Amino acid sequence: MEKSVREVIKETIFKHLKEKNGLIFGQCLSAVGWVGGTIPELTEKDGLVELSMADVSNGGIVAGAGLSNRRPIYVIRYQGFNWFNAPIILNYACKSKELWNVPCPIFIRGIAMEGSIGPVAGSSHHALYYRMPGIKIASPMTPKEYLEVYDYFMRNDDILYVSEHRGSYTNTSELPDFLSKDLDLILFPISITRFEAQKAKNELEKEGYKIGIANILWIKPFEINKNYENALKTSKYGGIILDDDYSDGVASNLAYKISKKTNKNIEVMGLKDKSAGFSKNTDNLPPSYLEIIKRVKEIVKK
Amino acid sequence: MKNDNKNFRLKVFEKASYCRHFEEQVIQNIKKKNIKVPTYVSAGQEFIAATIATICEINNIKPLIFGQHRCHSIYIAFGGDKKSLVDELLGRPTGCTNGKGGSASIHSKEINMFGHDGLMGSNGPIGVGACYATGKPTIIFMGDAAAEEDYVLGGLGWASTKNLPLLTVIEDNNLSILTEKKVRRNWEMEDVANAFKMESHKVDDNPIDLFNCSNNFFKKTCLLNVKTNRIYWHAGAGKDSEDTFDRYNSEKNEIGEPAINFDNIIKKEMEILWKNQLEK
Repeated sequence: MEKSVREVIKETIFKHLKEKNGLIFGQCLSAVGWVGGTIPELTEKDGLVELSMADVSNGGIVAGAGLSNRRPIYVIRYQGFNWFNAPIILNYACKSKELWNVPCPIFIRGIAMEGSIGPVAGSSHHALYYRMPGIKIASPMTPKEYLEVYDYFMRNDDILYVSEHRGSYTNTSELPDFLSKDLDLILFPISITRFEAQKAKNELEKEGYKIGIANILWIKPFEINKNYENALKTSKYGGIILDDDYSDGVASNLAYKISKKTNKNIEVMGLKDKSAGFSKNTDNLPPSYLEIIKRVKEIVKK
Repeated sequence: MKNDNKNFRLKVFEKASYCRHFEEQVIQNIKKKNIKVPTYVSAGQEFIAATIATICEINNIKPLIFGQHRCHSIYIAFGGDKKSLVDELLGRPTGCTNGKGGSASIHSKEINMFGHDGLMGSNGPIGVGACYATGKPTIIFMGDAAAEEDYVLGGLGWASTKNLPLLTVIEDNNLSILTEKKVRRNWEMEDVANAFKMESHKVDDNPIDLFNCSNNFFKKTCLLNVKTNRIYWHAGAGKDSEDTFDRYNSEKNEIGEPAINFDNIIKKEMEILWKNQLEK
C-alpha cells in the first residue's frame, strides 16, 4: 500500500532525529495528535524540542540552532502564526550566508488549513516569506514531492519554507501535470488548490473543454520549464494561477513572470481580498473546483 | 591591592587599552570622513568586554559570541584581528565581514563572533538557540534598550528553563539614543532574570566586581546587568557630556605606572596600525 503524505513526513522526521542528529522545534509538538500525526512520538533526548509560547523569540531560537550543524526543522502549526515566528528567521537566517558566509539551514514546516478558523489561522501564508532573498519555498502535496523537498534541504544549505496543507496529509497519490499542444487553458495550482484543479479539469473535459494542469511545487525559485512554455504558447486562452494564499502575493507575481515569458494572459485566483470570519458565510476559502470551472468558462467565453 | 587582583586588572586594562585607542582612532577617522558608515563607538564601555574576555581566557573558554551594534570592543577584547576591523569600517572587501557589516554587524569565525542583523535584541534568542543546539558556552551582549524587546525576554525564559551554559551581559548605559531608562520602564533586568530563576547580578563595570560575579558563568544560566557609560554619541563622534565618568581613566589612575605604560605603548601601536591600513 502506498504511504500517505502524513506517514512520509513522520518517517522523514524520525530519521532526521534518530539517524542524522537533527532537531525539530515547535510548540505543543507532543500534544494530543502530534501535529496531525506527522510527528514521531520521541522525546527531547531524541531531538524533539518543545518551545515556550513566545512565538517571536522561538523563531530566533530556531535561527540560532540553524547555525549549528543540526539542521533544525521548525513546525509552525498554523501558517498565520508566521506573522510572529518569521521575523528573525527572515532577517537573520536568510541573510546569514550572504552577509557572513555562515549558512543557517532551517526546514520550516508551515501548516495550512481552513474552514471556520478565522482571520489569522486560516490558509497559506507563503507570500510572507516570498520577498526575502535567501529563502526557497516549496509546497509539496504528495509523498514523493515531500521527499524531494526534504532531500533538497539535506543536500543544500538554504532556508526552506515548506508550505504544507493538512488537506494533503491523507493523500497517497502523485499529482501529474497534463500538458499538450492546443489546449484551451492551463491551470497552475499551488498547495491545496491542486486537488480542486484536478476535479475542475475532469468536469470541464466532460463538457468538451481542453484543460491542462501545470502543478507548482517550487514557488521560489520558480522556473517556467519548456513543457509549460510550449503548452502555454499554443493554448488559446493562457492560464490561471490558483493559490491558497491571497491573490495579491505569490499568485500575482508568478502570473506576471509567466505572462512576461510567454506573452499569454495569466489570471489569478486565490483568497479574496477580505479577512476571514469564523462563520461559514464570512469565511475566505481558496478557489473550489466549482469556482474554477465558472472562471474558466468566463475566460473561454471571452 | 592584592597581587592576583592587580595582575587581573592589568590584563583587563591591556585589553581595554586596545579597545580605547582603537576607538579613538575611529573617532578621528569619522571626523576626517575616512569612515563613511554609521559608526557606534564603544569607548567608555570597553571594560565589560575586556573583563569578560579575560575571565574566559583564564578559564580556557572560547565561547560563542553574539553582539550587536557598539561591538568593536567585544571583537577586540576577544582577540579579533584589528586590521580586519579597520578594513571593515572603511568598507573594504578585506574587512572582517567582507565590507558588508560596517560598524554594527561585526563577524569573525576566528573568535566565534556572529554578526548581527540589525533587529535590536535578535541576538538574544539567536544566541539561546545556538547555545542549545551546540551545548557550547555562549555569551550574548546587548544594551539596556535592546533588552526590552519582548523576544529577548522570551528567549531568556526558555534558556533558564533549559539551564543553558549562557551568559547574557546587559551593557546598561541608561540610554536608548538619548532616552533614559526611567522614561522607558520601571523595572530592571536583574529582577526579570531573577523572576526567570536565573542567577543574576547588578554591577558596575569595575573589573573586580565583574570577576566576583563569575563563579557560575557557563555552569548556570546567568545574567549580568552592568552599569556603564557611553563616552560618545549613540552614533558618530560627538560627546554627550564632558563630565561622564570614564572607567578607563579611573583604572589607569588606580593601577598606576604599568597601566600608564600600556596606555602609551598601545596608543602608538593603534596610531601606526590605522596609519598603515589607511595607506593601503
